[in-house]
Parts: sequence; structure tokens; C-alpha cells
Amino acid sequence: MPTFGSFALLVALALSGYALLAGGIALRQLTTGSRGRVSPERLAETARRAGIGSFLATTGAAFALVWAAFNNDFSVAYILHHSNRALPGPYKFAALWSGQEGSLLLWAWLLSAYGFVLRIRHKVDVKLTAYASTILAGIQVFFLLLLNFAAMPFSLVGGAVPQDGFGLNPLLQYPEMVIHPPMLYLGYVGFAVPFAFALGALMMRYPGEKWIHITRRWTMVTWLFLTCGVFLGAHWAYSVLGWGGYWGWDPVENASLMPWLTGTAFLHSVMMQEKRGMMKSWNVWLIFSTFLLAIFGTLLTRSGLVSSVHAFAQSSIGTWFWTFLVIVLAVCLFTFILQRDHLKSENKIESLVSRESSFLFNNLVLLAACFTVLWGTLFPVLSEYVQGNKVTVGAPFYNRVAVPIGLFLLFLTGIGPLLAWRNSSFKSIRKNFVLPCIAGLITAVVVIACGVHPWEIFTTSDQGSFYSFIAFTLSAVVVTAIGSEFLRGAHVIARHTGQNLFASVVQLTRRNTRRYGGYIVHFGVVIIFVGIAGSAFNQSKEEELGFKQSVNIGPYRLECQSYSQDSNANYDTEYALLDVYRGGKKITQLAPEKRFYTASQQPSTIVANHSTLAWDLYVIYAGKNPDTGQPIIKVFLNPLVAWIWIGVGVVVLGTGVALVPNMSAALAASRNRATALATAEVVVARSGD
Amino acid sequence: MSRRGKLFQLVAVLIVAVLTMGSSSTAVRYNDLGHKMMCVCGCNEILIECNHLGCPDSDQMLSELRASIAGGANDDAILTAFQDKYGPTVLAAPMLSKFNIIAWIVPPAVLILGIAGTSVLVRRWRLRAAAKPASSPVAGFSAMRERIRRETEL
Repeated sequence: MPTFGSFALLVALALSGYALLAGGIALRQLTTGSRGRVSPERLAETARRAGIGSFLATTGAAFALVWAAFNNDFSVAYILHHSNRALPGPYKFAALWSGQEGSLLLWAWLLSAYGFVLRIRHKVDVKLTAYASTILAGIQVFFLLLLNFAAMPFSLVGGAVPQDGFGLNPLLQYPEMVIHPPMLYLGYVGFAVPFAFALGALMMRYPGEKWIHITRRWTMVTWLFLTCGVFLGAHWAYSVLGWGGYWGWDPVENASLMPWLTGTAFLHSVMMQEKRGMMKSWNVWLIFSTFLLAIFGTLLTRSGLVSSVHAFAQSSIGTWFWTFLVIVLAVCLFTFILQRDHLKSENKIESLVSRESSFLFNNLVLLAACFTVLWGTLFPVLSEYVQGNKVTVGAPFYNRVAVPIGLFLLFLTGIGPLLAWRNSSFKSIRKNFVLPCIAGLITAVVVIACGVHPWEIFTTSDQGSFYSFIAFTLSAVVVTAIGSEFLRGAHVIARHTGQNLFASVVQLTRRNTRRYGGYIVHFGVVIIFVGIAGSAFNQSKEEELGFKQSVNIGPYRLECQSYSQDSNANYDTEYALLDVYRGGKKITQLAPEKRFYTASQQPSTIVANHSTLAWDLYVIYAGKNPDTGQPIIKVFLNPLVAWIWIGVGVVVLGTGVALVPNMSAALAASRNRATALATAEVVVARSGD
Repeated sequence: MSRRGKLFQLVAVLIVAVLTMGSSSTAVRYNDLGHKMMCVCGCNEILIECNHLGCPDSDQMLSELRASIAGGANDDAILTAFQDKYGPTVLAAPMLSKFNIIAWIVPPAVLILGIAGTSVLVRRWRLRAAAKPASSPVAGFSAMRERIRRETEL
């Protein structure tokens, strides 16, 4: 099987190389009008088929690696280092992306899969798809070169083959690790498709905005994958790292956030191009930057440029990535300079107080947030270069610099939909803003009454109360603004159709799924902000607990029922059984664990979490007191955390709604289908006669 | 000073306040300072949040922190002492000194410059649009109708 895998990778490289070369020559001939022995159309078709073949070959290589993991083929060095016999089946599958070579193979496979779908659907626009397909083939060649010559997943171990592997990193042995990395990679890799279409459209001076229509669903689905990947990562960190938080501003977390921020900016600003023919250059550079940041994120994770708790696979392939980044940037820059006259805006913004302006400022703030994250991530490297010593840029920096930017973005989320296109009159502003402002004021008063004191920022070093106060108040403003948008439209429909309000809201959403789906996404973002704002009120306690001893936190009392140890083929474990009481009544039992994995000889924390809508009771087994032999238990009471995951669910729902075609478009399509069917029936009937 | 100048000054003061406030001592200094430093065992975690089984450094560092607070040292002195002992990477964020101050200034400066630059640009576009003569109403009618349809679709 390793031989088959290596051969499949070589075949994939040859086919991708052919798709790049033949595609490039065919497109050149089509542009200049010159013709060789084979017509450019036929040459482009062979390139397309080679691209499809490359997908099959890469699938074969990925299958060979998974097969080797499931069959404990420790002659393959990658399997030896990332698996062992006792590893449960799902984690053997996850071994595919648990190390450097495997995750690069996953990148290449997902890219070829995206390319496969694009090439199958080439009739959407044959020429533009040919450009995009050739660009994707170029990216694929880079990853396959890496896999064939720098990070080979099928390298064999020298000498005698060990009987068992070294096992998987314990931190990766968690259910979410089976889905989090593929989601993240689907997001990273997926941005290659809109990037390829944007670059292709620019190269061929594609008229109009059709490339945006073609890539809209690609971009949204990709963005959705990246969103899910980022938050699954946050949930994994919360559940596994055991420090009581979900986001530590680690460089690898930041690497996933940066393309998400620029991708979000792109999703907003393409609407300006579609509706008003504006911001064309801006959009092209946004999608270029998003793809470059996705590659940069992979570089950060793999190269060891910055240190991270999440960097599970590091090596010297950084040079390859830097070279690729420079080449991609050079191609983008060269194409842009050559074709920039094609990107002239048809309209200009006419007022600072308009929907266009709000989009522009939203983009600006998203990019400022992205820059802040990039700056914080790379500042240690800059410091080492200038001062000769590294510094740490961690959570305290981002909490002070990035959080205010995030809150400003939340503010824009609220006011944007209330502004009219082109220009908003003072009258309409007053009309649209009264209700959200009242909701904001009432919330501010209620929040202060509940004990949140924003003025503490001036007397203590705690900024949490101030940020939370702002977040809760702005959230009320945004929710009211979104709600009033729905209600305003629904009332019009209800008046005309006589339907009830709920049915009118549904019909309104179906009429313009993109707009109202977008509002649902915004609502989800507000819920996430509310969940994050709760972190200002986290509490924690650390106690040594003997039999029947207890610790109190918030409304809960935790009583130790027993503590013991156990072992199985994969790991040894120490745990405590804690009964949780609230108001004197037992509500649940928690069992925090500390595991020690046999194969890798590494410890891991298994958090016990009792989650409610109000707060999470988050318990970790911190270790054993060597003198008494009693467990040391650390308890956190984290308010509102569940709302973060609920908010992500709402974001997924909203994106799903936005992906559904509008009711009028769907009706028109079904009418066309019915007409075509009726015509076909008439033809059949006549031919029967 | 003009009204706009006063407003700008107020915004600047608020931004500086948000970025630099909060160095006074409180009952939770231990928690605060513990969150301002990193564990040096190589785990890349905040000192007070390091939960590694048998971590060789965090317990000792936290004991030193308790002793320093009990000894009456102020926050800056404690952070400087830790920096001298464990190196600059022990601080979870760069201190406001020399080159490191750039880390704190650049992101808000970029945002403020971006907003100011965009506002100026939009203003210039608006003035240019206002100076242009209006096009023939008949010729532009269908284009405008199409635009209205696109921009106001429900």
C-alpha cells in the first residue's frame, strides 16, 4: 500500500502539471488567436480531464494512508509516529491530519475535490472555469511537489519495523478532532476557488459581475466551513486544554481567524459590486488576501515561525511556503497592474451616511481587526529582529486592542441595515434609530442594575465589566435593529396578503433569502458576543478534596464521593467522582480525569462540564497532592458560554437560509422546468402520432 | 477650539484611557498579575492558567508572585523583577517601553487613519459627484429604474 500511495501521488503530480501546462497553453492560444496542431478547445478539455484524473489519484493516495493506519502498517514512518494498535478507529482515521505530511495530503485531496466539482460543473461558464481550473491546477502542483519531495507521507522506516506505533498526541484524542481539522481545511482550501475565479476573471477581463454570482455559493459555503472550523477549535480548546477558556489568542488560533476576517469582509463588499458596481479592485484584493492568509496560516502552523500550543506538526517546509506565497503575490500583483483599468468603479459613494458607507467602514474595521491579529502574531518576530529578543504578545494585548475593534464592528452590524442605499435623510435615520436606541438605553440600565459597573475601568485594572457593558448594550441595539427590519417587511406582506405575522416573516425571508439570511447570521454573531461578554464574570477556585469534602462556587456545592485510578490498553487514568448540589438538591455527578497515554507517554486533561444556559460548571482534575494522596480539583463557573455555541448554530442556520434561492427565482426556475417538460411531452406525443 | 476639535480630543482621551487604564492595586492583584505573565515551562499558557501535571515552573513562579505581593512591591516592580529573572517572554504582553510601545500604538493608529482616510475619500467623491451636471433624465431613466429595482428589492 505505501508503494501504491507514493505512485498515486506521483501520478497526481503529473496530471496536475499537465492540467496547468495544457490549460495555460490553451488559454494563451484562445487569447491570442494562435492555433497549434491541437485546437485550444480540445487542449483545454484534456487539461480539464487531467484535473479530474488528478482528483482520483490524490483520493487513491489519501485512501492508502488511511488504509495503512487501520492496518497498523508501522513500516510507514508517518503511521509509526501518529498511531498505535490500541488507538480507537475514529482516531486512526484522524491520524490522516494529525501530522505534517498527512495534513498536507488532506490539503491536496480537498483541493483536488473542490477542483473536481468545479471541473464537472464547467458548463456554467466554460472559459472562466478553464481559467479557474488552470489556476487551481497550479496550486495543486505546489502541494503535490511538497508531498512528493519535501513532506512525503509514505516514507518507510529504516531497519526493523517496530511492533507498535508511538501513538497519537493525547490532545488530539478527542471527538472534535475528528471533525475540527477537516472543517478548518475545507475553509482554508475552499477559498482557493473564489480566488481562482477572481484571478481568472481579471486575467481574461471578464465582463460584468457574473464571476461573483458563480462564486457566491462557493464563498459562502467555504466561509461557513471556516466558521465551523474556528468555533469547533474553540470548543476543542475549551474541552481539552483545561484552562477554563476557549480562546487564548494563540498564533495558530489567530492564523484561522485572519482569513475568516478578510473572507467576512469580502462577503460584505461583493454586495456593493453586485448592486452598485463599486469596490471592484477592493474585492479582488480582499479575496487575494484571504487566500494568501489561508496559505500564511498553514505556514504559521507548519514552519515553527512562532511557537504555539496548537502546532502539532512543524518542520523545515517553511521555505517552500514562503516561495509559494511570494509567487502567488507576484502573480496577483502583476495581473492587477496589467488589468487594473478593467476594475474601474461604475459608481462612487455619495454620502457618509449611507448603506455603502456602512459596508465600507465594516470592511475597514474587519481589516483593522485582521491587521491587529497579524501584527500581534508577528510582533515577536519583529521584536527579535529589531531588539534581538523575543517578546510574548498574548491575551492581555488582544483584550486591550482587538476587543474594542470587535465592539466597534458589533456597533456597525447594528447601524448598517438601518441606513438607506446612496443617502440617508435625517428623518429616516431618526425613524429607524429611535427603537434600537431605546432598547440600548433600557439594556444599559438593566445591566448596571444587575451589578455590572462599567466605570470600574477607571478605578481598577479590570476592563471586563466595561467591555461587557458595551457588548450587552450594543447587542440590544443590534437585535432590535434586526427585529425591526423583519417586522417592517413582514407588516407590508401581512397587509397585502392577510397572512399572520409569522407566515409573513417566513415569506419575507423566502423572497430575499440572502438579505434575511444575512440578518439571521448577524443575530447569531450578537449571541456569540453575548456569550463572550460573560467571560468578564468568570469565577474559579482550586481545592484539595478528600472523601465527602466539598467546595462551593456560585450556587453550586461539589462534594467528593470517591477518587480512584484505572487503566486500559490506551491509557492510565486518575479521576474523582463529584456530586453536584444546587439548593441542597443533587443535580448531577461529574468525573474530571487526568489521563496518561501509554504509547506517547504524555498526560492529558479530561474536563467535566455541566453546561446550562446561565453558566458552565467546568471542573478539572489538577493532580494529586503527593503528601495526602488526595485530588486537587479546580472549579470554574463560566457564565453564558453555552450561548457562544448556540450563536454558532444560528450563524449556520442563517448561512443555510442565505444559500437557498429566492422564492421568485425558484418559482421562475420551476416554471421553466414545467414549460420544458410540457414542450417535451408535446414533442413525444407528436412523434408517437 | 472648534466643536470638531473638542470632539476629536474627547475621542482621543477615551481611546488612551481604554488602552492605558488600570494599573492601580486591588485585592485581586495576584489574579491580575498571574494573568499578565506566562508560564515558562514551554506550554505557552498564561501563568495562572497553566494546568500541567507536575509543571516544573508554575508553582514556583506563583509562590514568588505571592511573596512579591506580600513584600509590598508595586505591579510594575514585580513585572520588571520577573522579566529580569525569566526574560522578556515571561510577560504575556509587551510593556509600554522603548520599541515595545509600537506594538500597542500601531493597530489603533491604523484603524484611526483608515477611518479618517476613508471619510476624506468619501467626502471628495461626494463633492465631485455634486459638481457633475445631471445627465439627461430620459436617457438615464431606464438605467435608474434598473438600479432602483436592484437596490430596493425586498
